[in-house]
Amino acid sequence: MHFEVVVPEADEEAADAAEIDPMKVAIASGKGGTGKTSVAVALALSAQGSVEFLDCDVEEPNAHFFLKPEIRLCEDISLEVPVVIQERCNYCGKCRDMCRFNAITVFGETIMTFPDMCHSCGGCFLVCPQEALEVGRRLIGTVELGTTGRGIGFVQGRLRIGEAMAPPLIRAVKARSTDSRTVIIDCPPGTSCPAMVAVRDADYCLLVTEPTPFGLHDLKIMTGVLKRLKVSHGVVLNRAGLGDDTLEHWCLDKGIPIHLKIPFSRKIAEAYAKGIPMTEVDKDLRDAFTRLILEIGK
Amino acid sequence: MKEILILSGKGGTGKTTITAAFACLAKNKVLADCDVDAADLHLLLSPEILEEHPFKSGVTAKVSKSVCTGCGTCADLCRFNAVTVDEHASIDPFSCEGCGVCEYFCPEKAIFLKDNLCGRWYVSRTRYGQMVHAALDIGEENSGKLVSLVKRQARDLAEQSATDWIIVDGPPGIGCPVIASLSGADMVLIVTEPTLSGIHDLKRVADLAKHFKTPACACINRWDLNRQMAKEVERECEAQAINVLGRIPFDEDVVNSLVKGVPLMEVSSGPAAVKIKQIWERLQKQF
Ligand code: SF4
Ligand code: SF4
Ligand code: SF4
Ligand code: SF4
Repeated sequence: MHFEVVVPEADEEAADAAEIDPMKVAIASGKGGTGKTSVAVALALSAQGSVEFLDCDVEEPNAHFFLKPEIRLCEDISLEVPVVIQERCNYCGKCRDMCRFNAITVFGETIMTFPDMCHSCGGCFLVCPQEALEVGRRLIGTVELGTTGRGIGFVQGRLRIGEAMAPPLIRAVKARSTDSRTVIIDCPPGTSCPAMVAVRDADYCLLVTEPTPFGLHDLKIMTGVLKRLKVSHGVVLNRAGLGDDTLEHWCLDKGIPIHLKIPFSRKIAEAYAKGIPMTEVDKDLRDAFTRLILEIGK
Repeated sequence: MKEILILSGKGGTGKTTITAAFACLAKNKVLADCDVDAADLHLLLSPEILEEHPFKSGVTAKVSKSVCTGCGTCADLCRFNAVTVDEHASIDPFSCEGCGVCEYFCPEKAIFLKDNLCGRWYVSRTRYGQMVHAALDIGEENSGKLVSLVKRQARDLAEQSATDWIIVDGPPGIGCPVIASLSGADMVLIVTEPTLSGIHDLKRVADLAKHFKTPACACINRWDLNRQMAKEVERECEAQAINVLGRIPFDEDVVNSLVKGVPLMEVSSGPAAVKIKQIWERLQKQF
């Protein structure tokens, strides 16, 4: 499936003038609700040249509320799971022994599969001596592709309700990136597998956090993750002024740059509630985001 | 014994603040922090750890370099692109799902599967009662399993000490950990906020609760930041047949209590604290 980003000419010129290298910026946070999506959206709206937005927060894809893309294509994403051809199965149990995820049981002359538990590793298909398994599909979610009014390419994943496996869907979202000049990746919150899958192979990761003990606790964990993944990173401090300055001291001490402090403002909170990006209500903030992109491009 | 699960869809709606407040308000309870990816109830309740246990789950493939001939079978069969082969095979532990396919088919038996130590779980004492909590190592999956384990331990504790309540701080999102946290819950309290994404997440969590046949009620946090939207949240709740137990106003005391690292109830009797108390009282009447 091919997907082209429409780039208005004016933007192209502006980008040439700014000369930024193509880059993938992941926006992450140890916890939800820190303003991660707002920051990701603000960045996308302030970047110059061709921009693409990947909403990898597939459990709760929210960026579309702000970016209001026109969705042109919606693909179902599914995993290959085994389906038993009863006449061929001799109940040898090899598939069950192979499966490390308890997705198959065999007892007596009965075989059952549990598609929800299957990781789609392919093992059972490989070991079955009877060719008694055929490929079935388990829908895990959808990937939606579109463009916003300002020509930002948009891809989002949406996990099916009741589906537990986000990583393959996140990979599907990332696979649909066309490598624009700036690719903004809105990551799932947390430090577990889905967040890692989203943040991997980003050129830079912005950690959005708040100046509270919660914020600091999560930041410490996140910086640990990023170090292990070897992704360079910096901090955007949201709702600055509401908490205390322990977090800033910690960052200073560890040499982690704080790129931007977004003050707590009722105006921003109210705009957010209505789905209006903060860059639309505060011009200074918009300039700050443009500078931020240039800064991390270096 | 009743188990109350506090959920929010996306994080940051005040779920942990409310759990901590309930910890102060409920008599005779066991607390469980099932937000194992980013546990922070302990930041408010300052637990004293009584027991610490390792959490093992799944396996990761490893290659014995001395035995491997570099034939490439493992890389061809691995569906998770976890193997690269030049002279020898090497396995990226972050990508390996531990399916064991490479181990099974390696002609040289050069691959072995090693147990993953994925995190730890704890039983602790707090001023407000016993608490079970956990910390998942970074980048680990299987948080669903750890959530189930925390809940099981909390339930055992509650049975042993015959408590009335189990209060569970749920994981964010609607994925595997949330599904794990729903099993056995008697009531879900959805903490939502008056934003577009708040409404959206409310629907998804409500769908999920319905899917697993768990009754749900809701409260709206910081409702006065957008009164119009708060009305829409209420309409949505009505459409989903979910009781709204209360609206909590924006209150700086909440942030201040977070900064101090104590439950709101300890330092405030302001508007938010009053409302949360009311919600707790109404919640008890839901049974
Ligand atoms: S390996 Fe094949 S034949 Fe054996 S039990 Fe499984 S499906 Fe049946
Ligand atoms: S594909 Fe893998 S995970 Fe799925 S049932 Fe077969 S062996 Fe189990
Ligand atoms: S299949 Fe075994 S021998 Fe072949 S490359 Fe992989 S580890 Fe080495
Ligand atoms: S255990 Fe499975 S996922 Fe891991 S390297 Fe082997 S084949 Fe790949």
